[in-house]
This record gives sequence, structure tokens and C-alpha cells, in this order.
Amino acid sequence: MSTPRREAYDVVVIGAGPAGLAAAATAAEAGLSTLLLDENAGPGGQVFRAIASTPVTERAQLGADYWVGADLVKAVRASGAEIIQRATVWSLDRHLEIGISVGGVSAFVKARRVILATGALERPFPIPGWTLPGVMTAGAAQTMLKSSALVPDGRTVIAGQGPLLWLLAAQILRLGGRINRILDTTERRNYLAALPHAFAFLTSPYFAKGLALMREVRAKVPVISSVSELSAAGDGQLATVTYLAGGRRETMQADLLLLHQGVVPNVNLAMAAGIEHRWDELQLCWSPVLDQNGNSSIDGIAIAGDGAGIGGAGAAVFRGYIAARAAVEALVPASAAKLTPIAELRTGLVRAERGRAFLDTLFRPAPQFRIPSGDTIVCRCEEVTAKDILEAVAIGATGPNQLKAYRRTGMGPCQGRLCGLTVTELMAEARGKSPQEIGYYRLRAPVKPITLAELAAVAKTEDDVKAVVRG
Amino acid sequence: MTKRVDAIVVGGGIHGCSTALHLCLAGMKPVLIEKDYAGRHASGVNAGGVRQLARHIPEIPLSIRSMGIWERIEDLLDDDCSFESHGQVLVAENQAELEVCRSRVAELNALGFTHEELIDAVELKRLVPAVADTCPGGVVSRRDGAANPAQTTTAFRRKAATLGATVCEGVAASNIRQLDGLWHVDVGADSFAAPVLVNAAGAWAGQIAASLGEPVPVETVAPMLMITSRVPHFIDPVVILRGRKLSFKQFANGTVLIGGGHLATPYQDRNETVLDWRSLAVSARTVFELFPVMRGATIVRAWAGIEARMKDDLPVLGPSARHKGLYHQFGFSLHGFQLGPGAGAVMAELIVNGGTQTRIGDLAIDRFHPSTL
Repeated sequence: MSTPRREAYDVVVIGAGPAGLAAAATAAEAGLSTLLLDENAGPGGQVFRAIASTPVTERAQLGADYWVGADLVKAVRASGAEIIQRATVWSLDRHLEIGISVGGVSAFVKARRVILATGALERPFPIPGWTLPGVMTAGAAQTMLKSSALVPDGRTVIAGQGPLLWLLAAQILRLGGRINRILDTTERRNYLAALPHAFAFLTSPYFAKGLALMREVRAKVPVISSVSELSAAGDGQLATVTYLAGGRRETMQADLLLLHQGVVPNVNLAMAAGIEHRWDELQLCWSPVLDQNGNSSIDGIAIAGDGAGIGGAGAAVFRGYIAARAAVEALVPASAAKLTPIAELRTGLVRAERGRAFLDTLFRPAPQFRIPSGDTIVCRCEEVTAKDILEAVAIGATGPNQLKAYRRTGMGPCQGRLCGLTVTELMAEARGKSPQEIGYYRLRAPVKPITLAELAAVAKTEDDVKAVVRG
Repeated sequence: MTKRVDAIVVGGGIHGCSTALHLCLAGMKPVLIEKDYAGRHASGVNAGGVRQLARHIPEIPLSIRSMGIWERIEDLLDDDCSFESHGQVLVAENQAELEVCRSRVAELNALGFTHEELIDAVELKRLVPAVADTCPGGVVSRRDGAANPAQTTTAFRRKAATLGATVCEGVAASNIRQLDGLWHVDVGADSFAAPVLVNAAGAWAGQIAASLGEPVPVETVAPMLMITSRVPHFIDPVVILRGRKLSFKQFANGTVLIGGGHLATPYQDRNETVLDWRSLAVSARTVFELFPVMRGATIVRAWAGIEARMKDDLPVLGPSARHKGLYHQFGFSLHGFQLGPGAGAVMAELIVNGGTQTRIGDLAIDRFHPSTL
């Protein structure tokens, strides 16, 4: 574990998922001093999590796509980029100064170019009882599976929709885990809406793989389709899951409920830096405003991968190459000639994004699973319910930032990661406005909490060096 | 279309909102114009200190007037503003600092002010048990306290609207001009006219004053604050240091607010600030040294609000020296929150009665001779 070797770099890449790995390798190979910072114990991000260390050795269990990550890791390790794992980037500003915490020690570095590859987060799934112990996100379950080969062994229910839900289900089953039932919340009308995009999807790499995954899972687990209501209940611990499907309500015993309704860009660091974002009506989330090379509204900061808008791992790799190529062209134009031609990269990106519109439309989460009502908790940090928020709107709260004055939503340690989208959509609906008009929390550093002691240790002015330590 | 009102207040900070409310209480129908939303800048994001302690002498009468309003704030606003009164304590870290405290309290006493009391090490330890044992004493102002700034500013705005003020948020006031004895201000496609104009535009007020021929020495600043995760309750009063830049407050929910006046870089045109983490680290270091109990706490957020600071650190409060019907209320220089309720009351008296019993003469805009700019 080490802090950065230099105080300034040509390129700092944040996040070592597919986009970050591709970007860092490209920049370093072109001769730019490159720092790759990643929060996890090893490279790979979420999709290639633990790619360099997973105890899962039988390749088929995690699928061929997973092992693509190994080549990306090999390339970046050979590229000369400085790589720091377990590095938490807690601050980035428009002066391209970056606050980093490694092993409880903070440092600042300056960059000439920053490429954000902070990936995606799971969309909040605020149903009654979602805060009970025993209810967790599918992504959290997948993290345990990839890094420790841990699979559920109690009565397990998976609920929601989206490609990752089926992938996780298949991975759990292959590793000998138990799934009692899958509650598919995909709306019936979405199939019709997605139809115009079906041809692109049928000819995309997603199609055959997705179909095979669903067939594999359906052979082993009962799947309930068109679930239109969902709640979890229990006394201090999950005991039952209740759902409504096709006019029939059923309650079943469960020890573990895994929730998933897709992923959204992880925008916290980009927003805290002051980068402009827009509401994406199709993907129902905030996405940064970018040019075709991934450059943001702040000079010198580009965004690649799912943080630029959900596109999946294949697209992320190309976006990483493109953003890094733009950085090389800006800093050492002579070296750019040796890189893959931009036209080739763009063609690759278009191919990788094929089928995405179909998935986005088909798996667009239903309103009742995004915009809760009544006593359902929205902000877990401050235990604020949907009803509380509507009451604040009624007495004058106009947007998420004003709401803080009434309810402290988004002011807890999660900085709105678990409630932000819900609050925006809930307030938009209550006020008859669009989410774009309602806006989002103004996010501030530290984007991830740091200890006071760690920040104190950074102080190195002359006065402080001389100061007598009291206390 | 031009709408005729009794007064136009530009700026929806605590000052503009308080003035609008007090004008309503006096029977007037003002319009409040705020380019963002009430409390968007310094008024909504400051440390929330309700402090008479350690103020400049020329603003003490206004601070005392304001304190009286704070103590019945719920009656005024139908909102408790999370105001609590556990005192504010100024800590001397050594004998030399304690001597400065001693002469300050003596000076105030000679002027007839009794809100600041000198305390010894024993009383300091009683009030602030967590403070380092080496501190020899300090000063306490026992009626002081703290409130939630966003909640307070919002409550002033809401009550003003309830009592008949027109509140325009989201569009900036523009094209300010005087025609035939009336002030005219455009707000998007609308226009307002009134015999009275109050310039309470915070960091933007200096530009308004200058455009009306009254330039003053003012700069835009952005004092930084940071807040920690919840820690077990260990302190009641707000604590400030005599010798170093630090203010310190634990809220009822356990979170601790750390401030003290280190500045961020403001980008006023973009409503944005860039934090200076090296300065915040100095604040963290001071807390680390003074309150060992805080060492394991985490910093969850830091921010800065944009506001105006005058060259002499005193606000501009009172009628214009050049124009009839124009009033200034800005430049509160990092200590305007506590003054908001009182300044609004005083401003309404100046407008409605032509004078006030509260001594504010030293805060007039004509103290700046053109040669001092």
C-alpha cells in the first residue's frame, strides 16, 4: 500500500474497471505519466471484480465475458502506469486537484487530464421493508460471490429486472447456491415498447447470451412474471416477501431477498467537481453532458465507462480508449499516430452499444418501484419516508437541496447514493415538474468520508510544523 | 406589465427575508426578488451561530436587538428554527490570550455592555469539559447559541409570503432604475415599481450599490465549513478560539460542525466555490489537538457559501447617501446570520418611521469616503 510517488501527473484515471483499465494503459503506453487509482483490493471494477484474485477457478462458472478482464489487467500492468489499489478519491475540483486516501493517509495530486471511470451504482429499489436485515442488493451479493465464492444457502428470493439479475442468478446456481423464486418486475407493456429496437438487439452479442442465461435459470428456479407490487416484512429481520402478480397476491417465507432493477451512472465525484449533468429520460438517471470524446463541461476532465451513461462493459472499454486517445492528442500529439485510429474505436463503440436501446426500454423500471409512497423509507441515513417528503413539499420545499432544510435527506454518510434518484422523481411527481427542473442534490467533497485525524495529518504549513502539540 | 408594490427587496438571504417579513408586519406589501432560491448562498449554508460574543463594538447594539428576537423566534415565525441557547464560549489557549480577553471584557463593561463574561479555567472546564486542560480561561456569552440556517431563512421567507409578501425566486432582478420617484426593477418579463428599494443582495449587493453610484470597498468571499459523522454527545455551547481560526458546534443529532473562517475560492458567476483542503486540514488539525475525543470522527461533507465582506468587516445598514427611497443592507462580513432578525426589524423602522431606536449610525454607507475606496 503506497501513496502516489509524484505530486503531479499528465493523466490521472479514477477507477480500474473496464474503462479505467483501457484508458490508463493507452495513456501510459503513449508515454504520459499516468496514475490509475482504484478503490478495490484489486483491479477489475464490478464487472471484473477480483479478476486477479478470485478463488473461483472453473472459468465457466463466472462466464467467458468475465475473463476478458484479465487481458485488460495484463495490458495496464505492462504499460508503465502507476497503479494504486485501495485508494479512495475523496475530492476532485475544477483545478484538477485530487484528494486521495490510501491506507488512512491522505495526499493531493494535480493532473493535466483526469479521466473518470467511476462506473455504475445499483438503482435504489425503495419498497416497504427494504431496510430490513436480510434484504440486500443483488450487486452486494455478487461482490461476495466473486471475491469470496460465498453464495446464499437460506430461503432466497431474487426480485426485480435487468440483465445483471439473470447473470447473478446463473452465477449463484452454478456455484451451488440456492434460489427459491425469482420475481420478475418487468412490465408487460415494456415488451411492446421495446419492439422497435428488437432487430438491433437480435443481432447484438447480448441476445444469444441473454437468452441462454434466462433458459439456464428458468430450468432450475420458478420465475413469476409481471410482478406489480412487492414488499418485505419481518420483526427486525426479513421473514416474508409479499407480491402481487396477475391479480394474485402471495406471501412467502424468506431468509434473503436480493433486489435489483438495473444500474445508473455513479455520478457523485463528477457532480462534486461541478460537472454539468442532465436527466436521461430513457435510462431515468443523471448523466454527464459530454462531447464525443467523453470531455465534460470542465476543461481537462473526461468521463468514460458506465459513469458516462450505462453502456455495459464492452462499450466501457472503447470509451476508455477514446477518452485516453483524446488526452494523448491534447498532450503529446506526436504519440497519437501510434494509437488505434479513432474511426476504428468509434466503430467498435457503436457495435458494443448495439442492443442497448432495447435493454433500456425493456428493463425500464416501473414507476411504483421508483417512486414509493406512504411510510416506505426513502432516505435510509436519516430515516425519512415518502410521506415526510410530500409533507415538506406541501409547506414549500421545491427541490432536493431545499428539502435538506426540512428533512436532512441526503446529508448522511451515503451522500444521497441511496435516495437521490428517488427524491428527485418523488418531488418531480409531487410538483408536476420534470426531474430536470427539480434537479439533484448539490454534492460536496469529501465524496467518501475521511477521518478527522487523517485530514489533520495533511496540515503541513510552517506554522503547524512549529506549533506545540496540545491536548 | 409593471406591478406597483410598497417596497422591493432584492436578495432572498436571511436579511432580505427578514426585512420583507418586518415590512409585512408594519402593514406594507413588499416584493422579494431572489435570483436562486431563499437561503441558496451564505444565509442557508453558514455555521448557524447565534452569537453576540466577540462582536465589533459598532454592531453590538444591533446584535443585542436581534438576540431579543431570536429568543422568541417561534412566536414570530411559527418555526423553532432549531434555535438552542447553550451559550458561546471563547477559549484562551494561553495566558497572553486570556489577558486580551480580560481587557476586552473591561472595555465592554465600561461601555455598558454586560453580555460578555470573563471566565477562569474552572468555569471553562465546567462549560466545555472536553477542552484541553492547558487552557487558562476565556469569555462566555450565556444567552448565545445556534440555529439551523437553511431552516431559519426558509421560515422567514415562508412567514413573509404568508403575510402578503410576493416572493419571486429563480430569476434575477435586473435593470434597476429610478423614474419619477419610483424604483423600477425587472424580473424576467415582469416589472415591479415601488417608492422603496432595499439592496440586500449579499455578495451581489456591492455591484448594485456601485451601479447606483455608491461604490464601496467590498469583496466576495466564501468561508468554508465541514461537518463530521455523529459522535457521542460531549459539548453544549458553541466554542470559538481566541488565537486560531476555529469555531466548533455539536448538534443534537451528534454531528459536529467545524468552521472558523478559512476561505474557499468563490466563482460568483457560476454560484460555485472550490474548497481549499489544505486550509481545512489546518482546522482539522486544530480540532485534533484541542478535542482528543474527536480524533476518530469522520468528515462527511465540506462546503462554502458565497457572501460579501467589507474592508472594515462592518456591514452597510441604513439609507443611501445619494438616493431617496434606497436602503442598503449587506456586507455582513462572515457574521450576519445572528443579525438578520434584528436588521430586518430595524430596516422596517427606517422605512416606515424614518428612524430607529437601535444605534446603527456607524454602519451607514457614507462612512466610505471616495478616497477610501
